[in-house]
Formats: sequence, structure tokens, C-alpha cells
Amino acid sequence: MTDAQPSHIVTSYEQELTRLRAAISEMGGRVEVQLSDAIRAISRRDAALAARCQAADASIDAMEDEIEELTLRMIALRQPVARDLRSILAALRISHDLERMGDYATNVAKRASALIRLPEVGPINGIARMGRLAHLVIKDVLDAYTDNDVERAVNAWRRDEEIDQMYTSLFRELLTYMMEDPRNITPCAHLLFVAKNIERIGDHATNIAETIYFEENGTRLEGLRPKGDTSSFEIQGEEPADPFDLDPPGPEDGSETP
Amino acid sequence: MNDGTQAVEQALSESSTPKPATETKHVKILNRDVNVFYGEKHALKHVDLDIYEHEVTALIGPSGCGKSTFLRCLNRMNDVIDSCRVAGTIEIDQTDIYTSGLDVVQLRARVGMVFQKPNPFPKSIFDNVAYGPRIHGTAQNKSEVEEIVRTSLERAGLWKEVHDRLDQPGTGLSGGQQQRLCIARAIAVNPEVILMDEPCSALDPIATAKIEELIDELRENYTIVIVTHSMQQAARVSQRTAFFHLGDLVEVDQTDSMFTNPKDSRTQGYITGRFG
Repeated sequence: MTDAQPSHIVTSYEQELTRLRAAISEMGGRVEVQLSDAIRAISRRDAALAARCQAADASIDAMEDEIEELTLRMIALRQPVARDLRSILAALRISHDLERMGDYATNVAKRASALIRLPEVGPINGIARMGRLAHLVIKDVLDAYTDNDVERAVNAWRRDEEIDQMYTSLFRELLTYMMEDPRNITPCAHLLFVAKNIERIGDHATNIAETIYFEENGTRLEGLRPKGDTSSFEIQGEEPADPFDLDPPGPEDGSETP
Repeated sequence: MNDGTQAVEQALSESSTPKPATETKHVKILNRDVNVFYGEKHALKHVDLDIYEHEVTALIGPSGCGKSTFLRCLNRMNDVIDSCRVAGTIEIDQTDIYTSGLDVVQLRARVGMVFQKPNPFPKSIFDNVAYGPRIHGTAQNKSEVEEIVRTSLERAGLWKEVHDRLDQPGTGLSGGQQQRLCIARAIAVNPEVILMDEPCSALDPIATAKIEELIDELRENYTIVIVTHSMQQAARVSQRTAFFHLGDLVEVDQTDSMFTNPKDSRTQGYITGRFG
């Protein structure tokens, strides 16, 4: 799948494109670490790691700014067209997605700091498993980006369904814990947000996969992504409707069918 | 992790175009209050412009704005126009080039020029490049001339294409090759500054890209000033851009600042295609 485009006649243009790609890979690497550290902070109850992880977010944000500057300059000075133009736009879009993923991972780390101060309850293992799966999907899309491997990107795109399904089942499990004992509500509410954050990270990873497809083919990835997240419609027990449902069904991801 | 991080930050900072900081750069050509008159017409007005060594400075602006007039001041090409009068100070390495008694031929060897239309002499490829070193006496013997011809053609990126037909006429080459031959001819006399007056306007896009790549390589050893009608070309090849309008130097800045955030509304209007 690796495209063997001949190099530009103008060497410095080629170098800038290479740098841009390297910067995205590097930023992606930082997001991967950010997520795995945040999850580890929860499962190992490691307060120091949680704090370090929160501090690391600034460097991800700074990279987004740098990538934006680089793309702005390239568009202004190189007048890119065709595949080059798509590559530059793709880098810009991916950097925005990565920045959001970094924010979600940082939020997981913040919740880790809170959870560590609470008694250990709830399906920590399930959260860790979901985190590992999200991490794998991120790694796959980033590798696909580095290698221009669209097939791999599309496979990763499909795997987001698994993350969504895990989120739905964690949602149910957490509700059960909360109903069992009201003292579980605080830690479980935090875990619910952790799960939601990881689910959102997965959604941004699929955005990246779609961008990779667009960069390579110049067309949009057709068809709806299979969705496994049904928690938005979830009703516990026999209650007819949930007046506190703050996450009603709706086209929140754009690709969701109500 | 940290190592990788630093590497990328370094890569990103390196990409911020002009290599060394402006403050430490050597001003190769200093222009102060340069005015040019064609008879009564005040063609260039009070131009203050520093041209830095090892940079490509692009001069842009609409036709008649004075950019070519300014370029021709830098090697006293305006001397040949009777009605033309140049006032102000132009110094190359602190030496006033309009001082009386200055050898203009010597000056033009230091400040070479490449024109809009490739203009090789009706001689062989070899003789085109060897001409300058021979008349300036910089080459002592045949082997030195051959050496200069080879290195000049190599630096102009033409050696590979012509090394086996040096005895053929320069006029038989393609337009892009002829322009590179003219660049080779200019650098054969070992100039410090190369002036280029729309060097690509007669060339197709690929030949243009080759010249642009060549310009980028040449700035390692020379100071380059280029006049171009194509502001896109200015954006691509230069580190510094000067915008002229109606004889005024409106704005000069680093090229990436100029094309992402120009300060003057006239520059903004011109480069975005709103007037001019």
C-alpha cells in the first residue's frame, strides 16, 4: 500500500512534507502514551503517574499549534495541489483529532486522581480492557498513517465497534453497581466518565482513519461505520423513561443512525 | 520518549524558513534613500532595503512599480540609459558602488545577472561558460578553464545533461536548459551576488521547478535577488520579500510572514489578487 511517489524536484518542499508526517507520528505517539498512562494510573492507583499524565497534555497542545503553523506556512508558500494538498489538510485535521484525544486522555487521568482517593469499586478491569483496545485502535491508525496503509486504517475504523460495545456493557455494569449501594455512586460516576472518554477517543481514531482514506483516495469513506454504542438508548429495569437521561439519542457523532 | 520529542521540536523549529536569525545575518547590499529618475519621472522613491547574504530576496509588485529598476541599480545596469539618474547610497560590503572611479566591469563580475529570456551566446555550450573566465583572466590555462566550466555546469545542475555535447551550440538546448546555461555562465566568474530578472517567465512549470530548486541550492554560496511577476514563485523561492508599488517600497519582511500575515493593506491587496 505504501505509495512510491517520486520526490518533488524542489527538495525543501519534499523535506517539509516529510517533517509534517513525522510531526503527526510524534504527536500520535504522545497521545498513545497519554492514554496508556492514564489507564495505568487508574488500574494501579498511581497518583504520581496520574499527575504526570495531566501535566503532559500541554506538550500535545503545543504540538498541535506547531503543526498548524507548519501547514499554514506550507499552504501559503508552496501552493500545494492534488495529493500534496490533501496530505497537508489531512495533517491539519489529524492534529485536531489527536489534540481532542489528548484532552480526553487527560480527563481520564484527572478522574484517576479522584478515584485513587475513593474506595476501589466497580469494573476496573473492564475499564483497563477498554483502554487497551482503544490504544490498539490508535496504534493501528497511526501506523496506517505512517505507512499510507489505507486497508489497515479501514480495519481499525471497523474495530471501533468493539470499543462501543464495551462501553455499552460497562455502562450497564456501572448502573448495577450504583443501584446496589449508593456509596458506589461517586466512584462509578467517575468510571462512567472514564469509559465515555475512552469511547470518544475511539471515535476520533475513526475520524483519523477516515482522513487517511481521504488523503489516499481523494474521496470520502463511504457507508456508515457499524456502531456498537447503544447506551444512549439504555433504560435500566422497567422504568418507562429516564428523566435524568442527559445523553439522549441523537446524531452526536454525525455517523449515528437514530 | 523525551528524545523523540526533542527531535521533532527541533525539526519543527528548523522548518521556520530563514536558517540563522536575522540579527546575526550579514547585510550584503545596503540601500539607503535610493531614488531613480528617468528624466522628470521619479521612478523609485526613497528606498531603504537591506539584502542579506546567503538569502534569496524577492522583489514583487505590479508592472511599473520599480522593482526591475531597483534590481538594475545593483550592478549599475541603469548607467547605459542616458536619461536615468540614480541618487542615494548603495553599498556592497560597505563599498559604495556608485563611487567615481569604480570599475563597472569588475562590479558586474561580482554582481552577475540572469535575464528573463535565456540569452546564450551563439557559441558552443563550453564557450558560453568559458567566456567570462577568459575575458576576466581568472583562468590561467586550458585545464583551469575546463575545471571552471565543469564546476559551473555542475552547480547549475546542467552537467549531467550536457557533459557529452559541450561542443554543441548553447542555442540548441531547451529553454530551461538555456536558462541554466545562463546561470552557469553567471557563476563561472565567481560572483558574490546574482540578480535574476524574471528568470522563469519563459519556462514551463517543470523547467521552472528545476530553476527554483537550483536557486535554493545556490543561496548556500551566493546572495540572490530575484524579480518575479509570480508572487507564488516569490513565496516558493525566497526567504525575504520586498513589495514595491508606484515606486515605493511598501513592505519588506521574511517571506513566510509576508505571505501569511502582511502588515500593509496594499501588500495584502496585491498578494491576494485584489488590486495591481
